[in-house]
Amino acid sequence: MTRITYRDAVRSALREALASDSRVFLMGEDVGRYGGAYAVSRGLLEEFGPERIRDTPLSESAFLGAGIGAALGGMRPIVEVMTVNFSLLALDQVVNNAATLRHMSGGQLSVPLVVRMATGAGRQLAAQHSHSLEGWYAHIPGIRVLTPATVADAYGMLLAALREPDPVFIFEHALLYPVEGDFDPASGVADIAHAAVRRAGTEATVIAYGGSVGKALQAADQLAAAGVEVEVLDLRTLRPLDDETILTSVRKTRRAVIVDEAWRTGSLAAEVSARITEGAFYDLDAPVARVCSAEVPIPYAKHLEDAALPQPAGIVTTVRELLGTTRG
Amino acid sequence: MAATALSPAPLIERDHALTLLRGMLLIRRFEEKAAELYSAGNIHGFLHLYIGQEAIAVGALQALTPDDAIVATYREHGHALARGIPAGAVMAEMYGKASGCSRGHGGSMHLFDAGRRFYGGYAIVGGGLPIAVGLALADTLEQRARVTACFFGDGAVAEGEFHESLNLAALWKLPVLFLCENNRYAMGTALERHQSQTDLRAKAQSYNVPAEQVDGMDVLAVQEATRRAVDAVRHGGGPQFIEFLTYRFRAHSMYDPDLYRAKEEIARWKERDPISTFQARLREAGVVTEADVAQAEQEVATEIVAAVAFAEAAPWEPVENLLKDVCTGAPR
Repeated sequence: MTRITYRDAVRSALREALASDSRVFLMGEDVGRYGGAYAVSRGLLEEFGPERIRDTPLSESAFLGAGIGAALGGMRPIVEVMTVNFSLLALDQVVNNAATLRHMSGGQLSVPLVVRMATGAGRQLAAQHSHSLEGWYAHIPGIRVLTPATVADAYGMLLAALREPDPVFIFEHALLYPVEGDFDPASGVADIAHAAVRRAGTEATVIAYGGSVGKALQAADQLAAAGVEVEVLDLRTLRPLDDETILTSVRKTRRAVIVDEAWRTGSLAAEVSARITEGAFYDLDAPVARVCSAEVPIPYAKHLEDAALPQPAGIVTTVRELLGTTRG
Repeated sequence: MAATALSPAPLIERDHALTLLRGMLLIRRFEEKAAELYSAGNIHGFLHLYIGQEAIAVGALQALTPDDAIVATYREHGHALARGIPAGAVMAEMYGKASGCSRGHGGSMHLFDAGRRFYGGYAIVGGGLPIAVGLALADTLEQRARVTACFFGDGAVAEGEFHESLNLAALWKLPVLFLCENNRYAMGTALERHQSQTDLRAKAQSYNVPAEQVDGMDVLAVQEATRRAVDAVRHGGGPQFIEFLTYRFRAHSMYDPDLYRAKEEIARWKERDPISTFQARLREAGVVTEADVAQAEQEVATEIVAAVAFAEAAPWEPVENLLKDVCTGAPR
């Protein structure tokens, strides 16, 4: 077991995939000579050459669509989109093509495509580089949506994604890239079917994913210091959602708080809340609560950005309110 | 006589002439039947007829091998039939039957046949171009000497995906053949009303893609131009662009009252009907006889009767299969 950064974990998985399967290649904006906007692919051009580490023009729709076509042609493309906001330029290819081709062709076609992109706020990049739209992607049947929150998942989920016969979208929260974590180089492919309990607890379940998992764990630490033990659940895969793990935890703790860096309205948090209501209503001691981003375009100024995003303090307050409603 | 406006007829053998003629007749009669079945309520959804443009699918696909790939649009019955997808499988798809070439999941606009490398029917204008670029990229990376032919209309030229795709294909010298069927209308909007530059070759040339303009009503001209372009693409020359000048004789879809085109304009183009003019040329040149044409018509009619019977008798996809094939394995 060693300590490496999330960025290094993604790069290690890319390197392993490129080395072990000649069908794998990486393409996207500035993934080659520049080394990746977040330096994830630095050094890979030198190691694997320009045929397999392909710098693209700023043509999100064409290069994501070309990823679909290359997958249809038997390759295992990894497409890097610089940020989730830019991925909107390729949404036609995602929704109308990648997600539909297997079903629309009556099961004849397979699109084994992996798309990675940075998501999330926290770096004062304002309203066109900071949004969390992975919940939108989770709305779409025909694709799988992964949100690795740990170094181990950053590595193992990418390797797992490459084994899928269908399109997989991986959302990497940009604040996680420099974060260090434990890494077992022999860990291999990660499970991408299940949510994971990151901290066991009894009084409430805090459900989070991606960049919010760390905040949920911080809140749990603070609550534990005050004698309140909450369970922290990392969703890991937003589509398909692992209902069973969510419901098992909530049935045990009888209270749920969902943390989602996206906006509350029509959010993944709303979906998780609905599933808890549908599946565990009579086990609940309090209404399901949500901690989401304020409904504004993410602002630039630090104090405003902080105020717009879910924070550990807000999670603590929400858990306390939930407990208060049942302890009178 | 309209035929005199066509390119000089190269020497053409009788068998090949009949293949081309029969291919165009199959599309024409198939679609006439489809329109009838649509009006009778046997076919639903959108139905975009290719009638008038048959020379392009038939001529262009003559230049491709079974190893090459095809990407088409929502107006792709002709391309599917010309590629050899059985008429029964196409008709059953329109009926929404499980024996359809997309198991009834796609309908008229989304015909697929993976075995024939027919990668479908894309109904978002311009959406197929990036897919074609990617298929060609896979061939380049795997060092396969295959060509991907991508059909689209003049309307697609206004889409960003057209420009992104031509640029990328040219930049990476990918084996894509961009085949633009300029039928002069983006749905109901005339070329002059949707393009600031109506010579569509200029757009391809601006990306350093060699471009040619060809009479899309002349099946032999289509075939020859496509052969030249395929040859250049297959030998590593990067993408090529052909603009076929053509016209659809029917409305955009069965819903379209066709209020935006002058009757005289339609009539003028119908004088250049790719089937009747080709027949006339062949007869004048003594390549085929009237009996040959009658026999081709008879064969096509028989094939269409069988296709409709196949579609009528085909089973429905069981509703239990609704979620099958959304993803591999268990429904998600």
